[in-house]
Amino acid sequence: MSSRGSKMEEVKLFGYWVSPFCRSVEIALKIKGIQYEYIEEDLTNKSPQLLQYNPVYKKIPVLLHNGKPIVESMVILEYIDETWKNNPILPKDPFEKARARFWANFVDQKCFPALWKTIWSTSEQYEQNKAEALERLTVLENELGGKRFFGGDSIGMVDIVANFIGFSFRTIQEALKLDVFTEDNFPKLWEWAENFVNCSPVKKCLPPQDKLIANFPPAYMGKTLVSSFQSRLQLPPPGGC
Amino acid sequence: MAGDKVVVLGTYVSMFSMRAQVALNEKGIEYEKKEEDLANKSPLFLEMNPVHKKIPVLIHNGKPVCESLIIVQYIDEVWHDKNPLLPSDPYQRAQARFWADFVDKKVYDCGRRIWATKGEEKEAAKKEFIGIMKTLEGELGNKPYFGGEDFGYVDVALIPFYCWFHAYENFGNFKTETECPKLVEWAKRCMQRESVSKSLADPHKIYEFVVSLKKKLGIE
Repeated sequence: MSSRGSKMEEVKLFGYWVSPFCRSVEIALKIKGIQYEYIEEDLTNKSPQLLQYNPVYKKIPVLLHNGKPIVESMVILEYIDETWKNNPILPKDPFEKARARFWANFVDQKCFPALWKTIWSTSEQYEQNKAEALERLTVLENELGGKRFFGGDSIGMVDIVANFIGFSFRTIQEALKLDVFTEDNFPKLWEWAENFVNCSPVKKCLPPQDKLIANFPPAYMGKTLVSSFQSRLQLPPPGGC
Repeated sequence: MAGDKVVVLGTYVSMFSMRAQVALNEKGIEYEKKEEDLANKSPLFLEMNPVHKKIPVLIHNGKPVCESLIIVQYIDEVWHDKNPLLPSDPYQRAQARFWADFVDKKVYDCGRRIWATKGEEKEAAKKEFIGIMKTLEGELGNKPYFGGEDFGYVDVALIPFYCWFHAYENFGNFKTETECPKLVEWAKRCMQRESVSKSLADPHKIYEFVVSLKKKLGIE
């Protein structure tokens, strides 16, 4: 940990331990070697600061840089990349950059919700939700192709945004005995996940495995239990992602 | 750049296609607009956007770029020497990206619910829509454009919805001008730009399109 340094570079992150959107921001900050203060938010009792910095959505993550707030994880990632130019997470070439943004969007808007739904499925819903998740993962597997990472030789924006697939989802799925993302079905993506979680900036940001397992009880519980759990974590319901 | 071949695959009614056109027009780029029949997708279209099979697609020298806001950023980066759409300061850029993303998250779905539902649902959608427009009006403040003195990224993201207002207002029975006069002033100011007026559809044609779409979908 370096000294506090100049007043000019004060970076704070308001986050929540399980949120993959916060993990994305942390991984990017670690890749760039930026010192920051992390503030854990209680989502059942949001701080006045959070509400002040993100009045439109009232959500985490919020990045505060020299007192100015930036919100929405993808917007934050681009801001980080443009402000600290070392170790870029996006390509320079406009076409390659557009491709990276497209795939980051796909992971964020199509893959994450589909995987999230499988966790919260009742036994009746599981097969259908699993089919949708498999479809999305297949597209991703094809896009990865023979590359080590989506960003090429080193991790980039798409890899960062896919952190949930790389780590948390596999942990939760194992605890719940789901069979969505398997090494047999997605060998390339599986290998990507293994490489991804072993990257130094990523390793430092992963939520504790035992805490994850403790907080994701079996999916096939009564509806009331599931919905109260969801509201406690302030997480989007399966249909609402 | 001489020798550039630029094609936009889109539809006449799509606000998202219009974004690409407005951005290209702002940069003075010549392009070919291909009208896609979404009920009968062309082989070119399916080849250029196999993942989502959605318009618009920008094809620049044979290479496809998909998703309207990604397209607008691409246009801004490739033809960066004329009429920049995003500011140069990273914080200002983040603000612009936030508001364009807000438009994306909120306006289309809410607008759709106004014409696609009835009764209480329609009323709720109308109230929500007005709320969204008021939020945007608040963000605009006293600036001539969302971009400040200059027409920019958020203006490009939002202005194509203006030609859909007539349809929303008819089905929702309200007038945006009454609820958000400054926003409508902004829209009229944008319409004075040729880049915008050339790209937006005729509001009456949009209304007719929605009428026939409702019939096709069996919505009263």
